[in-house]
Amino acid sequence: MTTILETRNLERTFGAVYAAKDVNISIDAGEVLGVIGSNGAGKTTFVNMVTGYLTPSAGEILYRGKNITGLPTRDITKLGICRSFQIPQLFPELPVIENMLIALTIANQDRPILFRPAINPSLEEEALSLLSRFRIDQYADQEITTLPQGVRKLVDIAMATVAEPDLLFLDEPTSGVSGDEKMDFMRVLIDALKSTETAVLFIEHDMEIVEAFSPRCVAFYEGTTLADGPTAEVLEDQKVREFVIGSEFHRSTANDPKSKPASKAQRSNKGTQ
Amino acid sequence: MTKSLDRTELGLIIALPLLICIAFVLPKWIVNYVQVSMGTGLVALGVMIQMRSGLVSFGQGLYFCVGGYAAGMGAKFMGISDLFVLLAFGIIAALILSVSLGFLLRRYREIFYAMLSLAVSMILFGLLSSTEELGSTDGFNLPTATYLGWAPEGETARLTLYTITCFAVIACAITLNRFLKSPIGYVNEAIRENELRVEYLGTSAHKAVHITYVLAAVVSAIGGVLWALALGHVDPEMTNWTTSGQFVFVSILSGVGNIAAPLIGTFILEIIRVYAVEISPNTWQMILGTVMLLTIIFLPKGLWSLITSKKKSTKEKLDASASVAGE
Repeated sequence: MTTILETRNLERTFGAVYAAKDVNISIDAGEVLGVIGSNGAGKTTFVNMVTGYLTPSAGEILYRGKNITGLPTRDITKLGICRSFQIPQLFPELPVIENMLIALTIANQDRPILFRPAINPSLEEEALSLLSRFRIDQYADQEITTLPQGVRKLVDIAMATVAEPDLLFLDEPTSGVSGDEKMDFMRVLIDALKSTETAVLFIEHDMEIVEAFSPRCVAFYEGTTLADGPTAEVLEDQKVREFVIGSEFHRSTANDPKSKPASKAQRSNKGTQ
Repeated sequence: MTKSLDRTELGLIIALPLLICIAFVLPKWIVNYVQVSMGTGLVALGVMIQMRSGLVSFGQGLYFCVGGYAAGMGAKFMGISDLFVLLAFGIIAALILSVSLGFLLRRYREIFYAMLSLAVSMILFGLLSSTEELGSTDGFNLPTATYLGWAPEGETARLTLYTITCFAVIACAITLNRFLKSPIGYVNEAIRENELRVEYLGTSAHKAVHITYVLAAVVSAIGGVLWALALGHVDPEMTNWTTSGQFVFVSILSGVGNIAAPLIGTFILEIIRVYAVEISPNTWQMILGTVMLLTIIFLPKGLWSLITSKKKSTKEKLDASASVAGE
């Protein structure tokens, strides 16, 4: 596998506080990587740094061997790194289709074009086909403000994929989605992304989701990476169990149909303690 | 050809001969109001395209004045009276100023953008008011325009300038309509909604705002040149905050739903003002304020929303009758 992203000793401080310290993570092409950690562990800070929203205080970010540290967000997007957000960042007063059309218009725009129409029938078809890949084409004409949170999340992610990224960061894709729907939601999501061969890094608090969808997992704690490896090993790691997921979590509840499903309270606690 | 034009553009092209015809049919005072409205209407268009990206310029009078004064100074100091050369002066002056100021303004949003644009326009107001060579607060007069060596007089001069104004306004409106439908126009709408997402989609919001600002400045300057030549006079009031406020008033009154809205809105404002002054010479501003208040309360998206809501209800009726008919 080719490594597409590598961070070296990445660090970010806010005054005297370390939001990220010595973060060394590499991601291979086409890989699905889960990231776990309690609130404030540095997961989103890591994504913010790689996508250019925050400039690292120290360290390097290499994308396909090129140093992209400190590049503006838009330049990083153009290189092929996109993201979705914990709180969907959409154009709320516009219908879903318009949101997609704006994203497509920007993705297809190499330089500012002043007087050529942005929208054409083929672009609209492309937007609808993207929506149908995420199974939300039935919402095309609805305004964002009228949509349930799960659909907004999918629109947010669909918009992040219009530029056909090689690497996609999903910041808590299932947050706000009801517990019963999380698995189906992730299945739709991963299925939609499979066809693109995009490497996916998703931040998740639900260990069942991490276990079910990411072969590899990184655990964050107080700005540093506590463990990085196959998900099964990371979830069994003593430190991870102590500081991230809590000792109550029992593996394979998600994959083993015979095992007893985790209680609602257990689910919500997993990974957030 | 019609395929390359949308309904708004077709409407504008149809409006052109009608606008020219009214100069021969309607009373002179109405035609004068139409002509003046077209000049200021272009400035309102400039305000409107910025409003599409959520930016309210409280200093658009700056470019209205820059256009007028550039043309006036060309005539006063260089003896040029050719309309096309004076138009070029206005456009170049606005381009230079807006490209430079744009680097500063594109970094600000909301009230900061509004206040900064206002501050710059008031600096020019102060400068012009204290420059005796340019007539201080009284301003100075412009000669009658000539056209590539042709110097019409009297009624012919008035009609020629009116006709050229009509052509210029329709051309600017079509150009801006295309701009609003272009990728940058689309990005502008997205900036109004969520600038962070725009950057994450891979484009520069600053660049889009800058381009829009420059385009608005150029259109406003064209309006300034045409207005100044129509009245034959320029003065610092063109960049005073009250003048800039009127352009914002027009944009709110007419709405930003269609490129034709500010042009119509400007004319409506002129008419309201004429009757307000006639009805209540000392408190006519109160009538304008009341109109503004009622518009904001009952038509928050401006007068143009009356047309769009009517279109919507007609479409809904058609859909309903189609479903009743089992189609």
